[in-house]
Amino acid sequence: MAPTAIDESFTYTEHTMIHRNTALAMLATPLLLWALPAQAALRVFACEPEWGALAQELGGNLVEVAVATSALQDPHQIQAKPSLIARARNADLVVCTGAELEIGWLPLLLQQSGNAKVQAGQIGNFAAADVVRKLDVPGQLDRSQGDVHAAGNPHIQTDPRNIALVATALGARLAQVDPAHASQYAQRLSDFSQRWQQAIGRWNAQAAPLRGTAVVSQHKAFVYLYDWLGLKEVAVLEPKPGVEPTASHLQGVLASLKSTPARMSLHAAYQDPKPSQWLSQNAGVPTVKIAFTVGGTEGAKDLFGLFDDTITRLLAAGTRP
Amino acid sequence: MHKLPSASLALALLAPLGAWAQATAEPTSEIQLLRQEISSMRAAYEARLQAMEQRLLLAEKAAAPTPAQTASPPPAATTTAGGGANAFNPAISLILSGGYIRSSRDPATYAISGFALPTGAEAGPGTRGLSLAESELGLSASIDPWLRGVANIAMHPDNSVSVEEAFIETTALGHGLSLKAGRYLSGVGYLNAQHAHNWDFADSPLAYQAMLGTQYGDDGLQLRWLAPTDQYLELGAELGRGRSFPGSDAARNGAGMRTLSAHTGGDLGDSHSWRAGLSLLSAKAAEQELSLPDATGSVSTQRFSGNTRVWLLDGVWKWAPNGNATRTSFKLQGEYLRSTRDGSLGDDSGSAARAYRLAQSGWYLQGVYQFMPQWRLGLRTERLQPGTPDYSLDTGGYQPRKNSLMLDFNPSEFSRIRLQWAQDRSRPGPADRQLWLQYQMSLGAHGAHSY
Repeated sequence: MAPTAIDESFTYTEHTMIHRNTALAMLATPLLLWALPAQAALRVFACEPEWGALAQELGGNLVEVAVATSALQDPHQIQAKPSLIARARNADLVVCTGAELEIGWLPLLLQQSGNAKVQAGQIGNFAAADVVRKLDVPGQLDRSQGDVHAAGNPHIQTDPRNIALVATALGARLAQVDPAHASQYAQRLSDFSQRWQQAIGRWNAQAAPLRGTAVVSQHKAFVYLYDWLGLKEVAVLEPKPGVEPTASHLQGVLASLKSTPARMSLHAAYQDPKPSQWLSQNAGVPTVKIAFTVGGTEGAKDLFGLFDDTITRLLAAGTRP
Repeated sequence: MHKLPSASLALALLAPLGAWAQATAEPTSEIQLLRQEISSMRAAYEARLQAMEQRLLLAEKAAAPTPAQTASPPPAATTTAGGGANAFNPAISLILSGGYIRSSRDPATYAISGFALPTGAEAGPGTRGLSLAESELGLSASIDPWLRGVANIAMHPDNSVSVEEAFIETTALGHGLSLKAGRYLSGVGYLNAQHAHNWDFADSPLAYQAMLGTQYGDDGLQLRWLAPTDQYLELGAELGRGRSFPGSDAARNGAGMRTLSAHTGGDLGDSHSWRAGLSLLSAKAAEQELSLPDATGSVSTQRFSGNTRVWLLDGVWKWAPNGNATRTSFKLQGEYLRSTRDGSLGDDSGSAARAYRLAQSGWYLQGVYQFMPQWRLGLRTERLQPGTPDYSLDTGGYQPRKNSLMLDFNPSEFSRIRLQWAQDRSRPGPADRQLWLQYQMSLGAHGAHSY
């Protein structure tokens, strides 16, 4: 009879559906369990360690920070590798330097991420250099001048006053992206800012003897540091930004140091120390390795350690007879 | 901030003027007029002062997060973009390339033994002597908040121009999805989606030349999805016209080409990263003209109609100490291609078309080592397996093979000079000894480097 047949078929379908649901649930449970902890926190993708550290200071346990590069990598020369694409895919907020520092890889990373939230112009895309006054803005844009950045020197993190400005803007951005925790971000920001201003006062006092010291840089990476501490850059080992030091250029620097002697030569942790060491051997100018970002040296464990360590190293070289 | 004192100065200067006007107290219309003028000026200045005070307050708030400021920070910069009619011009990049090619055997007789290539296919080292190579003009920009557009126009040494890529791509679909439409290089394999100037060798591998027509580009749609996992997993699917080998451009309502691809990858510590993938390309061909060289070297033209499937297995592994490739780095890359063609083959003699069924394969493996800044050395080895063709193409089990050695010098990120030697045994007889000396330069917009 027809009704029975229908009933039977219903029962049959129901059974299969239950089985299918059970199977789905069994499949989904581990997936959910594995996805849940990640969902809880705001996912921040930081291009450089200093912004990762800042996001951690301002976000605490409200954020889960992934840092794309390490202090031992040249932030200009990173590749949009699979692991970075996967992390950018899941990010709620991308925090980078901007000012074209990441131009060789970040645009591609964002394109390939398929993540609409973090594209340029969205609130999930934060560029630190947008909120600070940039130095070394080139008057003429031509690659004959080397790897120049149209927006100005992008290595803004070597001045703690810039970090303070970025912190204010980043704190506001975190609250904007994650409004449910806005008051907590505001609280953490004011706490951080207070500690940071105190630290700046301490660093200013410690570094006072360095004012006016003549220095040599390997790459034009420290203009903000010099601007802050009043150091004077008398020579650069790279003939043009991003161009490897050549023997003839180093000889030229050596000759110029005879008339304008320098106290020390600075290189970032990620850079090859050889050109600086060569200068140290031939001109007796002590080499100073600058952490440049969090993790660059043993002492630079966090943002506070970064500047403590930088000033300690500069003082050690600067007060030498 | 500096405007404030100057405004008050102006007011101070104006105040006695008002007093003087009142003191002379002559009830003439001129004086009244003057008074009106002064009071309106005063009102205007007051309004401007208030506005300035407000702006000052705002600026102070922005610049000083806490009152306990010990050092005055530099004023917050405003990001201003250049204006004018050209403000929205797309990013323009130009690749200039050219060089010198020398080969011991005549490039005009170049063939890959056992592989039927379409007539007029680009294979082999290219034209002998000094020559311009493919130069490329690239334009790209955001179209609106949801789309971006890219065009790459190739300028060939014979004064012809072709559209290599011209596509639009979504930027705001989210959920890891990207949709591309237009003409683009297919995302199958590893090397295929890369532009020729990004290759580590001057020419493409034999397997690509023999089974994908050097590089497979098509008109169509591409959908990519990136899985929401920390492990990189990207799935892609394409539907296309099938306008080039192994497809053939025929106007049909359906798709002439379909691809499916999956890629995964990740890091192993700080110094190692990898990517691997599997792709399938299937294309339809109708009356595709093929050049079939036989064992004696004479070439006959036949027409193929049927389906082709190309499987691609690709892998790349990169090493750089601490992930810093500035000084030294190493890249190992290899791909395996397997092509099956199923259909019929006929000629112009009027005899009935014969069934044509063939499975062929090939691989290449290459390593590129940057031994010091600016200098790289590369080695590539390749083999092809023509299978057992059941027609005149049978070459008695000859397996084409080739070895290449490359040295390049990169004065900057934007320039490259390359020297490459190759021993090409893709046809029977003595090896074709090939030499390239080429330059590849990039002008204008900074192209991002794909992995």
